Amino acid sequence: MSLREGEAGAHVPDPSERDPDASGGSGGSGAPADSGGSAVPGGSGGSGGPGGPGGVVGPGSSAGSGGFGVGTLLRLVSGQQGSAARGRGPDGKPALPRFAEAAREALADAGARHDLAESAGLARDRLAAATGEPSDWEELRAAGAAIRDRALLDLGAHLEAFERAVTDAGGTVHWARTASDARRIVASLVREGGEVAVADGPVLREVRLADALAEQGISACDAGGPEGRDRVRAARVAVTGADFLVADSGTVVLLEADGAARACLTLAEKLVCVAGMDRAVPDWTDLEVLLQLLPRAAGGQRLSPQVSAWTGVVPGDGPSEVHVVLVDNGRTRILGDDVGREALRCIGCGACSAVCPVYERVGDHPYDPRGTGPSGPIGAVWTPLARGVDRAQTASLPFASTLCGACAEVCPVKIDIPGLLVHLRGEVVDARRNRPVPTPELAVMRGLAWTMADARRFEAAVGRGSRWARLVARGGRIRRLPGLLGRWTEARDLAAPPAESFRVWWRRREAARRRLR
Amino acid sequence: MRVALFVACVDDAMFPGTGRAVTSLLERLGHEVVFPAGQTCCGQLHWTTGYRREAAGLARRFTGVFADAGTIVTPSASCAAAVRSSYRSMARAADDPDLERAAAGLEVYELTEFLVDVLGVTDVGARFPHRVAYQPTCHASRALGVGDRPLRLLRAVKGLDLVELPAAGECCGFGGAFAVKNADVSVAMVADKVRHVRDTGADVLCALDNACLAHIGGALSRLRAGVRVAHLAEILASTGEGA
Repeated sequence: MSLREGEAGAHVPDPSERDPDASGGSGGSGAPADSGGSAVPGGSGGSGGPGGPGGVVGPGSSAGSGGFGVGTLLRLVSGQQGSAARGRGPDGKPALPRFAEAAREALADAGARHDLAESAGLARDRLAAATGEPSDWEELRAAGAAIRDRALLDLGAHLEAFERAVTDAGGTVHWARTASDARRIVASLVREGGEVAVADGPVLREVRLADALAEQGISACDAGGPEGRDRVRAARVAVTGADFLVADSGTVVLLEADGAARACLTLAEKLVCVAGMDRAVPDWTDLEVLLQLLPRAAGGQRLSPQVSAWTGVVPGDGPSEVHVVLVDNGRTRILGDDVGREALRCIGCGACSAVCPVYERVGDHPYDPRGTGPSGPIGAVWTPLARGVDRAQTASLPFASTLCGACAEVCPVKIDIPGLLVHLRGEVVDARRNRPVPTPELAVMRGLAWTMADARRFEAAVGRGSRWARLVARGGRIRRLPGLLGRWTEARDLAAPPAESFRVWWRRREAARRRLR
Repeated sequence: MRVALFVACVDDAMFPGTGRAVTSLLERLGHEVVFPAGQTCCGQLHWTTGYRREAAGLARRFTGVFADAGTIVTPSASCAAAVRSSYRSMARAADDPDLERAAAGLEVYELTEFLVDVLGVTDVGARFPHRVAYQPTCHASRALGVGDRPLRLLRAVKGLDLVELPAAGECCGFGGAFAVKNADVSVAMVADKVRHVRDTGADVLCALDNACLAHIGGALSRLRAGVRVAHLAEILASTGEGA
């Protein structure tokens, strides 16, 4: 699915935008330029040999049908990565930077680092206070997870019920499969109405509504902005997002701090609500739990300052025309992933970002260079689930985590984000398994697995690796390693391995004990 | 009792002192330690890096090697967590119910769990006259939930001055392949960890995972910080002035 539009049709990845870490080919052709060599960084994988099914030439074998090419070897040895390797997408626009690349730039911004660290500290304190307060917080989380799972299990039915209820209440539901569908629908609804009041929110940024309005020459004012109020009062058309959709009553529910959406819904003649279709819940009793979870997890508040809920058209009160645009934009794709669908439980609180040590240091941009999707830990699973992993940027996101688990610990709907990241890492690796030339990483990991499949092989590899490592060590530490491992020694020493591994020591001790007996 | 030692491949090759420490500690407490020689790697690195097929192969191998081992003890908290919880996910991803059953049948303890929960000891008779900080590594605290067991063991060590590590619960930035795939972020994270460690004035930083310690210790060493790292087992095995 295309990043820009989300249109149908399989995206054929441009070879130039592949991940240079993992790409087997050296640019376009993908043809193996050379047979396998032995320049594998890392001691224990050194013995090499045929890997698993597929007969890939493992590290250390002298020749074979599918070694990796010279260009790859050079990249492996040089550890090269970076913007030079960034190509262009099929639409001719530059491919988005991979996470590590964008993160490197973000890390260099001292001012942003300071602000991020400060706001992370405050957000964590607020979160800890707000979630530590209710004695039943853990029960609420469990209930929230169950409520979201139940809603997702029958999402199609709930959305149809929602549409019927909205229609019965005098409103209109529109279905937008892609972000561009959503833009087109909203633009056509607001075109004739003069200036549009917009209460900004995640789903409006997701579909890039502001760009669409600007392209159509439609004037928009920010309903939450400082000078917005008079213009909002004058606007006849308003656009908002939505947090939840209650299926059985056809109600749109929105939580906010500033009252921008509240102004839109009360003042406009025509109201357009844009909602992610994942946010449907069967009935009002579900909201009892979700309305407790979201404010505490999102901003450390007991209650949301404004909770607005409106259902279709009420004669003589509020807008006389109400539209709800249900946005798919990859959500059906997420739902189709048996493991990944858990991500759709997300209620958009941002608690995972607040506690994430990676997010704290790099901010939104490396996760979400276009500023349209979720960022932080949930973004690292949502984006590749919604868009696939055939592009270097989306494929890099599942690896943008240490799997420390801080996110899963705070998630109000108990999404196992580390588990989903590991699942997606598997999808990324599997997608690369069938390339004509194996990625260097695949060769190394297969070689390692082959080595580990036999204890004697492992022991021999440890012996060889340790001898080699002790040769390059000085004063008991290794200060520079070649290849990808050079990224370790860029800023960290490596303790020189000992002359005797544990198992050799153990055998020596057992032999000595036998002699004593 | 008789205990099968799962030493973990990284400790076997790079930090054999940890396995020796576990052995001498358990023998000192009157237990018999055996080392199933067929053991290699639990598959955690392959699993967390996305190599599900290879990970499942190593997991099957592990369950075979340790099938009749009885009580298994490992000094690696993250490997204990891999066997105890990731094996089930691996088995499901590989659609291998035999593996799931075999994994469920294993009785794996991380060292401090074994000492405190199974043996019921917190004072293991150790002496370690140093100022020590403890880093609760993510898999030890979040995946296994070892809680304050390591601290209770450390508080009972004679001569040991236990100091509190600020922001101890924050990840050090190791994360397996993350340390090289996202080396810049990894280093930015360990820079703060190093700052907190130095703020304590400790001369030894200990933890339940040598891989995390290699990362923090590697940064401390590069900075010539004068702080060394040691697996908790090595402190508990120590009885003298040295170690």
